[in-house]
Amino acid sequence: MTMQETQLAPRSRAGRDLGEPIVLIEGVEKRFGDNHVLKDVSITVRQGEVVVICGRSGSGKSTLLRCIDHLETIDGGTIRAAGHLMGMREKNGKRVPLKDAEIARQQRDLGMVFQNFNLFPHISVIENITLGPVRIQKRPKAEAREEARALLARVGLPDKENAYPRQLSGGQQQRVAIARALAMKPKVMLFDEPTSALDPEMISEVLDVMVDLSRQGMTMIVVTHEMGFARAAADRVILMHDGRIVEEADPETFFTKPESEHTRLFLSKILSH
Amino acid sequence: MNWSWEFFFSYLTNGMMLRGAWTTVWLSVVSMILGLGLGVLAAMMKMYGNRALRWVAEFYIWLFRGTPVLIQLVIIYTGLPQIGIRLTVIESAILGLALNEGAYLAEIIRSGIMSVDKGQTDASRAIGMTWRQRMWLVILPQAARTIIPPLGNQFNGMLKTTSLASVISMEELMRSAQMLAQIEFRVLESYTCAAAWYLALVSIWGMIQVRIEAHYEKPFGPAAAVSPEAKKELRKAVEEGGTAA
Repeated sequence: MTMQETQLAPRSRAGRDLGEPIVLIEGVEKRFGDNHVLKDVSITVRQGEVVVICGRSGSGKSTLLRCIDHLETIDGGTIRAAGHLMGMREKNGKRVPLKDAEIARQQRDLGMVFQNFNLFPHISVIENITLGPVRIQKRPKAEAREEARALLARVGLPDKENAYPRQLSGGQQQRVAIARALAMKPKVMLFDEPTSALDPEMISEVLDVMVDLSRQGMTMIVVTHEMGFARAAADRVILMHDGRIVEEADPETFFTKPESEHTRLFLSKILSH
Repeated sequence: MNWSWEFFFSYLTNGMMLRGAWTTVWLSVVSMILGLGLGVLAAMMKMYGNRALRWVAEFYIWLFRGTPVLIQLVIIYTGLPQIGIRLTVIESAILGLALNEGAYLAEIIRSGIMSVDKGQTDASRAIGMTWRQRMWLVILPQAARTIIPPLGNQFNGMLKTTSLASVISMEELMRSAQMLAQIEFRVLESYTCAAAWYLALVSIWGMIQVRIEAHYEKPFGPAAAVSPEAKKELRKAVEEGGTAA
């Protein structure tokens, strides 16, 4: 662990050249009935940046991620991602909700990986990966398959293209899910607790793929409890508590001298495990 | 005892009876296909429509599940001419059977769609599918696995329900038996013959059904993304659907 830390530490501390802001979350509010899930949340993520969001369950972190991809609609504030005002369009200074097809077009520029993988169980691994490129982006099938094979090799599953999701382990399924998201060539990747449903021995195979992805410059927002990943790959770590951001710092500061009492409590709980 | 095997066997292959059996088959198939279309439409309207569409779908399902198909057929064929809508026997039979079937299938299809895990919707939206792409490429193919077994049972029911169309003089098996019985007054033989034909048709369908179901279980094992609550819901719809005739 310590060795890995020293090896990987420079990446996050050197203050790499980060690009323009690519995800701008401003004053976002979200309610589920009486439950106020997100309270005035604002985050800016720059191109190539890796942001880890953590917090107790119920803190709103997964909801925030789902809002970024417009899987949930927000009740206030704005979310701009990959050049889109998510779910909205500006017309004479007013905001108008977008239609289904226009929302779908925005979502194509964001990739999302889920806790429960959510692979399509009725089609094979390679079809899972090519479904989007072929049926949505209308790209030639042969080209899409070739790219899918390259992606499978990249996530370490070159021999699984004809398997069905159920024949794979959780770790393998999650890696296919990452390949499926990457096949759409997204500008931002969102990870919603990607290792929480995995057996301990499979967590690292998924994290390795994610670390690899971060090194290749992918912009990533990752909701996770894997503090090892946060140390190794994150440029910034955010702690959410009760629908608000209570800590936002580089990993070094986050783990060694956090400002918020909530962070200290969270870290003491998660690190004592 | 006055049972004649001779009449029975001659009726089995009697031209009128054969034509009747054939009519029963195609009438069932056509009504089922149209019913399936209506069922998908009604299910979609009920699940995804605005308030007006939902209301129309619910009214349709309530009306056709709540009244005997016999009355529906009689109203369509003999009642509607009174308000200027004249349909032939064949048109009336198909329309009545399809409308009735569609109302039952709507609930089966709806619970089939609901049986697909919510995560599938998330995943397909996340890669940027529109509602239609999502339905065609992800949701319906998976719903089909849960829908197909009850659908087979509905078709089994349909083969027998078509006998009610004899009342509006549709010349299917039942009507053929009636007509044969009136020629030589061998009532027992002719109706038994019709019954034998129904048994044969239903048995053949049973064999086809087993193959279809086996085919749909192959590629990814027992339905993968079905939640227990959805299964319960589906079972309920199937049980209610079982009383179609």
